[in-house]
Amino acid sequence: MRWTLWVPLALFTFFLGLAGYQLTQPKDEFIPSTMVGKPLPEFSLEPMLEGAPGVSTADFQDGQPRLLNVWASWCLPCIAEAPHLDALKEEGAQIVGVAIRDTPENVARFLDQHGNPYSRIGSDPISAIQLEIGSSGVPETFVIDGAGIIRYQHIGDVRERDVPILLDQLEKAR
Amino acid sequence: MAFRVILASALCLVSLIIQPIGPAASPANAQDSLPPAPYAYQQLDNPAQEQAAMELMHSLRCLTCQSQSIADSDAPLAGDMRHQVRTRILAGEEPEVIRAWLVERYGDYVSYDPQISASTWPLFAVPLVLLLLAGIILFKRLGRRESQEHSDPGS
Amino acid sequence: MIAELGHAALWLCAALAALQLFGGALAQRGAQAADVAALVRPAAMAQALLAGFAFCCLLWVFAITDLSVKLVATNSHSLKPMIFKLSGSWGNHEGSMLLWVAVMAMAGGLIALVEKRLPEKTMQATLAAQGFVALGFYAFLLLSSNPFERLPVPAAEGQGLNPLLQDIGLAFHPPTLYFGYVGLSVAFSFAVGALVTRQVTPDFARAMRPWVLAAWVFLTLGITAGSYWAYYELGWGGYWFWDPVENASLLPWLAATALLHSASVLAARDALRTWTIMLGVVAFSMSMLGTFLVRSGLLTSVHAFAVDPERGTFILILLALYIGGALLLFALRAGHVREGERFQLTSREGALVFNNVMLSVILGVVLLGTMYPLLTEAFDVRVSVGPPYFNPFGAVFAIPMFLVMMVGPMLRWRRDSARRIQRPVLIIAVLVFVAAVLALILGDMSILALLGFAMAAGLAVASFMPLRGRKLARVPIATWGMVLAHFGIAVSLFGMASESAFTTERLAAVEQGGSVDVGGWTVTLAGVDPVAGPNWTAMEARLVAQRGESDPIIMTPQSRNFWAPQMQTTESALATRLDGQLYAVLGNQADDGRWQVRLWWKPFVTFIWYGGLLIALGGVLAIIGRVLEDLKRRSVRARADERRADRREQGYA
Repeated sequence: MRWTLWVPLALFTFFLGLAGYQLTQPKDEFIPSTMVGKPLPEFSLEPMLEGAPGVSTADFQDGQPRLLNVWASWCLPCIAEAPHLDALKEEGAQIVGVAIRDTPENVARFLDQHGNPYSRIGSDPISAIQLEIGSSGVPETFVIDGAGIIRYQHIGDVRERDVPILLDQLEKAR
Repeated sequence: MAFRVILASALCLVSLIIQPIGPAASPANAQDSLPPAPYAYQQLDNPAQEQAAMELMHSLRCLTCQSQSIADSDAPLAGDMRHQVRTRILAGEEPEVIRAWLVERYGDYVSYDPQISASTWPLFAVPLVLLLLAGIILFKRLGRRESQEHSDPGS
Repeated sequence: MIAELGHAALWLCAALAALQLFGGALAQRGAQAADVAALVRPAAMAQALLAGFAFCCLLWVFAITDLSVKLVATNSHSLKPMIFKLSGSWGNHEGSMLLWVAVMAMAGGLIALVEKRLPEKTMQATLAAQGFVALGFYAFLLLSSNPFERLPVPAAEGQGLNPLLQDIGLAFHPPTLYFGYVGLSVAFSFAVGALVTRQVTPDFARAMRPWVLAAWVFLTLGITAGSYWAYYELGWGGYWFWDPVENASLLPWLAATALLHSASVLAARDALRTWTIMLGVVAFSMSMLGTFLVRSGLLTSVHAFAVDPERGTFILILLALYIGGALLLFALRAGHVREGERFQLTSREGALVFNNVMLSVILGVVLLGTMYPLLTEAFDVRVSVGPPYFNPFGAVFAIPMFLVMMVGPMLRWRRDSARRIQRPVLIIAVLVFVAAVLALILGDMSILALLGFAMAAGLAVASFMPLRGRKLARVPIATWGMVLAHFGIAVSLFGMASESAFTTERLAAVEQGGSVDVGGWTVTLAGVDPVAGPNWTAMEARLVAQRGESDPIIMTPQSRNFWAPQMQTTESALATRLDGQLYAVLGNQADDGRWQVRLWWKPFVTFIWYGGLLIALGGVLAIIGRVLEDLKRRSVRARADERRADRREQGYA
């Protein structure tokens, strides 16, 4: 019996195993940032609203860990996560907002309706910072430690069960 | 002449098959009202630079779409990525530097052009092995046959 | 009532398929099973009738919009035009599976009825394999995807009025591919049958060949149409994206192309026995694999499909049974198949073998590139494999293949000398060289485009070389088929190279009355008006396009907003000329009132799809030629038998 004749069957079995395994895995559509563990790139964003300061890299280097929330007034899941961001704020988290492709009027209206958990809001009209930190959608929430290093990425809207996780990550980043 | 008729009728048949539906569709929830970034839909003035940008954009993956390059997508983030590519090319950056910049942020996923690395080497090794294998098989079979035929012309 | 009849027919079909399987298997045991074995052919024919009947039942419940049937209620609507009611019957998972198995059963019935060349045992094994494959589909339909399932309470109205899906292309594109897959399933059954009895003969190849050819024609048409559709619909002027779903349709085509040629060698020269068997198995597995990838949603694709992991699991199990079984049989039996005839490297067979190997390597590369992201995901690493990988790696193997393809058809079977065809080869070589130099002078293009032009030029002339020195009227139809198909490849290649090398693109923000120049055209935005369709509103641009001094034409690209489901699409507008296509897309309006317009002039881009049609046409001619030859051979054989019988009678008299 020639062993080469068994090669196709072996390859096919390998494929079956792989496909079968992948079928049991949940389909993961998220693209994680590979910037986690690296310092925030240099950037400086104009303030979105009058009266609220803008955002720049230096704001993250004062020794205090912060949440960096990438969001937009036109994004529906952002409405869903608004109360949980408020809860995070009440627990003492400092939240810095970056509004993606947004206008001051819309942002102001959104904050009126859904509350304003942000200590600063920067305007990113061309997703420049979003691309810099490896974020691929809105909303996303990053944990930045006191030295300005990205420590954790949460993809999608923050749900109730995510609040303690994020607080925990903030604690770890201290 | 007859050939033309056949071709024409075959064409009619095909034009029947390929009427539109809409997978070019993008979900409409991302209704940001801002205009797209300047270079999302604007070409660079220098044709050589635009060419380089186009080539790069065709090989970068849109992060919010299903399996499309940023050159083939109307998604806002794809537009912003095109803007990044064109402005960086305009600033004189090399395409591969821009690709590396994105790969640093999103991993190999963002590039359609896999580079040889610990996680991609089989992509390059397997075709070589296949070629080698094919060569060996051809050489062995045909070589053997020829020599047999020479030694035994009667068969 | 009709639905229940259809359902009952399916159960009977399953029983008949089982009979086919066991009858065919018992027949291998020897004479004591002759009674059961004799039932195999009739069972296949009865199964064909019943499966056809079941599908007609489904058509019927869709035609009368029987809303008590779940499938109708979810996929149809009483107000749909009749054509879309009918096409709705296979425009969903259950119905498409029924269509597939019905066509497969009819194919099985047809071979049971007409195929008399092969030894009866091989035929029975073939039909047993056919029954085995069909049985899997029946199990799928009856156990998990019953198309005739009733609702406890009939629906008041159907849910399938989405005009987005009322599309003639969507109605007929999938069946084209299914027909291709069915053809390959028949080839698979023949391969398994021949493997069981180890009767891998030229007759086997001749019996299999028309089915492979037909499958190949359908796949060619399906890919050509799908590519044009993506080009037209996606709105960025690309025609092939190396997307997983596109690759899933290309893989069986590559395998079928290889199979087609190796079957020709087997039919003509009794060589390449195990190789042909292997390709028969591979071709069908590629079509099953494609179905699996598309329906399971394992790989992300731009071409949206209804995706269901449970169905994915079922298809994977079928895949494991069919292909695993066949490969196991191959491993056990292929060593016992006698080695075929010998030949030299410089011979028709040598060229065909070389190209078969190249095609198989290309198949391997495409398969690897498509599946690789799935492999790395298992280790939580995400990679993307796209055109920058597929294009060069495909070309590395395709170009030697094209070169051999130019010379191969001129070679004689078994052995030939290079000197005999020295002159035509020289002509072609000069042509290739000149085309490459011309392309180099003409424009600044990628190396692939340059090679594309060179290959296209050489192949265009070389494809007609087999006709040289022959009386055209006496050239067999099948040879014309080959010539045309090879010429089609040249035409397609030329289109691709030209699109890649000479496309000009203009993205511009245009105010009303403003104009843009692109590739010798001047396009003026005459105005933008709102228009409305059944479930969409759109902005429609009136673009006046003029080329030189010729009469201007109006193009009307749209930017459409659908409201149920909510989405935005672009409808491109095309102006086709002999030497290319002007492609226009309307984007959004900027704050300053100007409109985004995207324009492309794509020289000779249409040749890509003309080439595809030529290839398919060549395939059709080849089928006609082969079937006519078979019929002639059969009548000659029958006459000889008759004469022999006559003589015997006279002898006795």
